[in-house]
Amino acid sequence: MQVPANFEYEKATTVEETLALLARHGDEARVVAGGHSLLPMMKLRLAQPEALIDINDVAELARIRIEGGMLCVGALVRHAELLDSPVAGEHFPILHDAERVIADPVVRNRGTVGGSLCQADPSEDLSAAFGALKASAVIRGPDGERTVSLREFHTGPYETVVEPGELLIELRIPIRPGVGGGGPPSGGRYQHGSAYEKVERRVGDWPLAAAGAALWLEGGRIADAGIGLTAVRAEHFVAPEAEEVLRGAVPSEEVFAEAGRVAAEHCDPGSDQRGPADYKRHLAGELTTRALRRAYGRSQA
Amino acid sequence: MSASGPNGHGPNGHGGPNGHHGFGRVARKEDARFIRGQGNYVDDIKLPGMLYGAILRSPHAHARLLSVDTAAAEAHPQVRAVITGETLAGLNLAWMPTLSNDVQAVLATDKVRYQGQEVAFVVAETHYAARDALELIDVDYEALPPVVDARTALDDGAPLIRDDVEGRTDNRIFDWEAGDAEQTGRVFDDAEVVIAQDMLYPRVHPAPLETCGIVADMDKVTGKLTVHTTTQAPHAHRTVYALVAGLPEHKIRVVSPDIGGGFGNKVGIYPGYVCAIVGSIVTGRPVKWMEDRSENLMTTSFARDYHMRGEIAATRDGRIRGLRVEVLADHGAFNGTAQPTKFPAGFFHVFTGSYDIEAAHCAVTGVYTNKAPGGVAYACSFRITEAAYLVERMIDLLAAELGTDPAELRLRNLLRAEQFPYSSPTGWEYDSGDYPRTLRTAMDIAGYDELRAEQADRRARAADAREDGPLMGIGISFFTEAVGAGPRKHMDILGLGMADGAELRVHPTGKAVLRISVQTQGQGHETTFAQIVAHELGIPVDDVDVVHGDTDQTPFGLGTYGSRSTPVSGAATAVVARKVRERARIVAGAMLEADPEDLEWTPGRWIVRGDPSSGATMQEIAMAAHGSLELPDGVEGHLDATTVYNPPNLTYPFGAYIAVVDVDPGTGKVTVRRFIAVDDCGVRINPMIVEGQVHGGLADGVGMALMQVMAFDEDGNHLGASFMDYLLPTSMECPSWELGETVTPSPHHPLGAKGVGESATVGSPAAIVNAVVDALHPYGVRHADMPLTPANVWRVIQGRPFRTDLAIQ
Repeated sequence: MQVPANFEYEKATTVEETLALLARHGDEARVVAGGHSLLPMMKLRLAQPEALIDINDVAELARIRIEGGMLCVGALVRHAELLDSPVAGEHFPILHDAERVIADPVVRNRGTVGGSLCQADPSEDLSAAFGALKASAVIRGPDGERTVSLREFHTGPYETVVEPGELLIELRIPIRPGVGGGGPPSGGRYQHGSAYEKVERRVGDWPLAAAGAALWLEGGRIADAGIGLTAVRAEHFVAPEAEEVLRGAVPSEEVFAEAGRVAAEHCDPGSDQRGPADYKRHLAGELTTRALRRAYGRSQA
Repeated sequence: MSASGPNGHGPNGHGGPNGHHGFGRVARKEDARFIRGQGNYVDDIKLPGMLYGAILRSPHAHARLLSVDTAAAEAHPQVRAVITGETLAGLNLAWMPTLSNDVQAVLATDKVRYQGQEVAFVVAETHYAARDALELIDVDYEALPPVVDARTALDDGAPLIRDDVEGRTDNRIFDWEAGDAEQTGRVFDDAEVVIAQDMLYPRVHPAPLETCGIVADMDKVTGKLTVHTTTQAPHAHRTVYALVAGLPEHKIRVVSPDIGGGFGNKVGIYPGYVCAIVGSIVTGRPVKWMEDRSENLMTTSFARDYHMRGEIAATRDGRIRGLRVEVLADHGAFNGTAQPTKFPAGFFHVFTGSYDIEAAHCAVTGVYTNKAPGGVAYACSFRITEAAYLVERMIDLLAAELGTDPAELRLRNLLRAEQFPYSSPTGWEYDSGDYPRTLRTAMDIAGYDELRAEQADRRARAADAREDGPLMGIGISFFTEAVGAGPRKHMDILGLGMADGAELRVHPTGKAVLRISVQTQGQGHETTFAQIVAHELGIPVDDVDVVHGDTDQTPFGLGTYGSRSTPVSGAATAVVARKVRERARIVAGAMLEADPEDLEWTPGRWIVRGDPSSGATMQEIAMAAHGSLELPDGVEGHLDATTVYNPPNLTYPFGAYIAVVDVDPGTGKVTVRRFIAVDDCGVRINPMIVEGQVHGGLADGVGMALMQVMAFDEDGNHLGASFMDYLLPTSMECPSWELGETVTPSPHHPLGAKGVGESATVGSPAAIVNAVVDALHPYGVRHADMPLTPANVWRVIQGRPFRTDLAIQ
């Protein structure tokens, strides 16, 4: 049996309390929510935090709601809750696509959205999904609250802009005014579709590569596009060069294939036991194209 | 599908769960505790005053051990002992014998020879303290170049791994061959078609959900050592402990409680067991040591690791004439495989499989590498898994070369019913079979012709319209197993003949207790063996208790592996029950005042021949045997009997498997759409348990074929040391299995049963690989090594396969 080294344990019930505990315990404290990344690392003694601050009872972080024209997903929302959320799925089916292939039901019941993003594993799925949707992250610390684009959230493998003493509060995705399926867009209203495509060796496995795509169409053209990539060392989990290919274009198989080609070109996957770099680069392109195809199909449905 | 004999398919046979008198779908007795979470596994055992052990392991694959400083660990307030190789050397216990006449380090003294090798053992008041103390031990290593790739182990200048053995100058363990090389050479020389293929059966691990462990309890007053441990072979372990530790064997009791899966992983004796025993002797308190998952994957018995070059010779019209194979076998740093002594490559030489082949020859070279020892595990039937894979791949290669349908090619070459008993070119005598019938049964269930038509249609459409879509593949595997080792004249492990005892007691009220030497790890022995007794004595299954897993309470025998429980102990149980029945006949004669020769057996009752109204039931006879009835000569009283069963031959179960897969060429992802498995394991005692065994083995096959491998990087780092890297298949990767059966009884087994525990693991990987290669036929692919992960398949499509056993570059 693997067992962790000694640590102190604190339980918080509010954000304020969490911040106070973080301040008191300093740099060697870690926030624990679902624990599905941190606890295995502690049992392997790869992580030996001096204190854990348990935020599982911080109810204010566990909500999914629409506010100010944005879908707001609390940091403590469980994967299973996001997967089950009709409002999330209605606006952004990519979130349901991604959640459906994250780990397994047992992990999804406990693991949290915020935990996944803050763990910042380079193969993490939601970073690519929220990245494609151009979400932003709300972070609170002793000096108040700040909002950071998800495209600036990650600073490297397992590193984010969340400073010691700070806490991720929620993710926000702007809901652009839309039209019903198939109806003609007009007056600043968009047809929107999104999708997520992942290849894994087995259900519950980390991705060999995965791609998320979000399209906003106006007047038969792509007004805006978001492409997220994971496990292929794409900077900030997104592919802005490929988005550029799409912006203003008339959607077509050729354009989606070209976007895939550009996305593959601009990532930098490494080889590991999940697959060689060339394969992952191929997947980045193939899955980008497939995600775009599906996102576009959804925008027209 | 044909069924014969006693294989009833009713929900619970004729008598319902309680009154059932024999074979059939009886609900498993052991499940009452398992489904309530009330099993009793080694880690559930807590003895008063028990201490906890933990092992410090080498981070290096190959390094000289310069010093081990344990002072800080010993100073830890909760630590009770720190044991090193030096400590053990003082007790002459630093090395122990393996099951293959080699020695293995218990704790390293001179060098470490694989990553994860045992270096020191800490005994502490709590498990946490033991782990904490490991971090306080300071070891000084001098790194040495490792041998990682078995293909370089015999190169000039390769690092010498076993310099502990005097006079050893290279990494060669053995060269072994079977078959007639000269005759095979002649067949190949004048063959019309010869095909050769290199293939790897990668190193995999059986990964039982319960890892290995022990609670060692040395009673200083009585001098008796009791070990509660995860063993598939309790009696063999007892004898080995006696030989290793010099303890008198009658002062050793091995208890194997509920076991959470073994698959061969729990046959051997691991250093941790010996350390815990020493820990208990040193501290005078019980010591528990339980592996964690990574320790289990990194250091305990792996399976396979066979680098093979197969050659097949045939006529142009598809008559197979010869089969030849050279094997480089990676055994790791110590030769610790578990198989009968005479067979260093196990039963690999049954590699001619199910076919009528004129000549065959195999040559196997075993080598040391800087990896953990093992090789025979994961339900492999002593390496028949590798053999079945080889021949089934070679047949498909031949079919592709000749442009013949692989089912047709098999039907043309399968052994026919009238050829049994069949003497194979490598010395086996197959007991019984009707192979074409079994293959045709599988093809019928699959709708083989329709599947081929669907595939042809899809390929045509893809070629015409350049239509995207999955590539469909159909793969067949026909395997022949050789299980139930075995005749003691030919088969022993460490000199212990592979015969097993059984003892049967019948209480005065007719309830029975069976004591057997084999050890269930989930196979349902408490049910199957009770059914055998019930069948033979005509008493309810619930009136029979099965005692196993305690050497103080059971007769000697070699345990459960190699699918030997039913072939060997099942036979022993039938024989001992028949002995009881014959004693009952004598007693019944006295009761009925009849000559025993004039009695005839009807289920549960001896009657006077021709007069069913005059008879005695087993229960009545049992009471009389314990009562005041005057008994005739030849029976002293009671009905109890014992036996030892020495199997006259192995049994040869077989089966036909068909896999249907879809491959996404854009991602390389394989989906197993259907899997049809027709097994012939002779008479089925409990068909439900048989099907459960087959389900498990088929899932194993999906795992090995598609996702499992233990690869190593150039420094010898293990790249599959957790369940994030070493993947077990889930229900999501497994189709709903489509099972069928044929029944060809074994002529020499008292019940006609053959054993089935490993059949599906042996037979299924080749079907899936054949199906994937078949799917990739439009790309000109002939072969691909396991595991067929998406990356591997995509690279194979690109014509650039990578070595699956090394770090992916």
